[in-house]
Amino acid sequence: MNTLIKRLKDFGAFWYDFVVGDDWRVAIVVLVALAATFGLSKTSVAAWWLMPAAVAVIFPLSLWRARRR
Amino acid sequence: MTGTGGALFAAVFLACAVEAVEAVTIVLAAGTARDWKSAGYGVGAGLAVLAVITAALGPAVTAIPLGALRLVVGGLLLIFGLQWLRKAVLRASGHKDLHDEEAIFARELAAAKAAESQGRFAVPDWYAFTLSFKGVVLEGLEVIFIVLTFGANAHDVPLASLAAVIAVVLVVLLGLAIKAPLAKVPENTMKFVVGVMLTSFGVFWGAEGADAHWPGSDAALLVVVPCVALYALAMVAVMRRSAPKPAAPSPELIAEGV
Repeated sequence: MNTLIKRLKDFGAFWYDFVVGDDWRVAIVVLVALAATFGLSKTSVAAWWLMPAAVAVIFPLSLWRARRR
Repeated sequence: MTGTGGALFAAVFLACAVEAVEAVTIVLAAGTARDWKSAGYGVGAGLAVLAVITAALGPAVTAIPLGALRLVVGGLLLIFGLQWLRKAVLRASGHKDLHDEEAIFARELAAAKAAESQGRFAVPDWYAFTLSFKGVVLEGLEVIFIVLTFGANAHDVPLASLAAVIAVVLVVLLGLAIKAPLAKVPENTMKFVVGVMLTSFGVFWGAEGADAHWPGSDAALLVVVPCVALYALAMVAVMRRSAPKPAAPSPELIAEGV
């Protein structure tokens, strides 16, 4: 049983590392930006700029954090 | 091939070539230090697992409605692409060691030589088998992810598959020809370009999947890609100022023009 749980944990950890990587904040910002873009697209305001803006903000922050590690 | 088709081909080709170089390095280490037959079995078993995964995931991914696919895949590509780009900028600015296939090959070779030899089932050397198997499956998973997501989103899985096959075959032939780590491949620059492409496609498809409309439709991608590249290069320039080593950029990246 313990072996099974360990294998499941390892499997989950592999996929977490594969998709999210070492900065989960990036994943959160991307998800929030996608939700905000969807919300904005339902209004009369253009929504295309939100994703590039989110990248422009989170990318240097992520680099800054990685540099300090 | 349209401009978008060309960008799709280039992105998939480069990403798959990078993954193939990494897999070939591991298999070469397993074969050179241990046993070529067992390493070959490992490659075969790894390819069989990847074929099963592709057969299971391929139809499922292509059956998802395009809007939902672009939303999910755009988000995943963007998260994935920003990881690649962050590492590429850290490497190019001197904050992280350059990816060195010769060093990785030497490390894998030393570990392979130190491990005990043990046969299992019909495999003469279990270590060489598992080393090759893991290398092929792990790097191959990334290839499948890239081909399926790019191909399905662009409604052109055949073009994405063709780019992947050409990249992998070229790298494997090169590896077999020289039987040494592919150190001459400009891997760090390729990783930088792939990071730019994954991020750009992620931004573009993610916004489209979230119902945003790009000015100029698909042509906007031809603006997004250079903008992301310039932004990443600007980050390299800024980060170099605080590099731990003397601010001299890496010789490889200078030689490769980044």
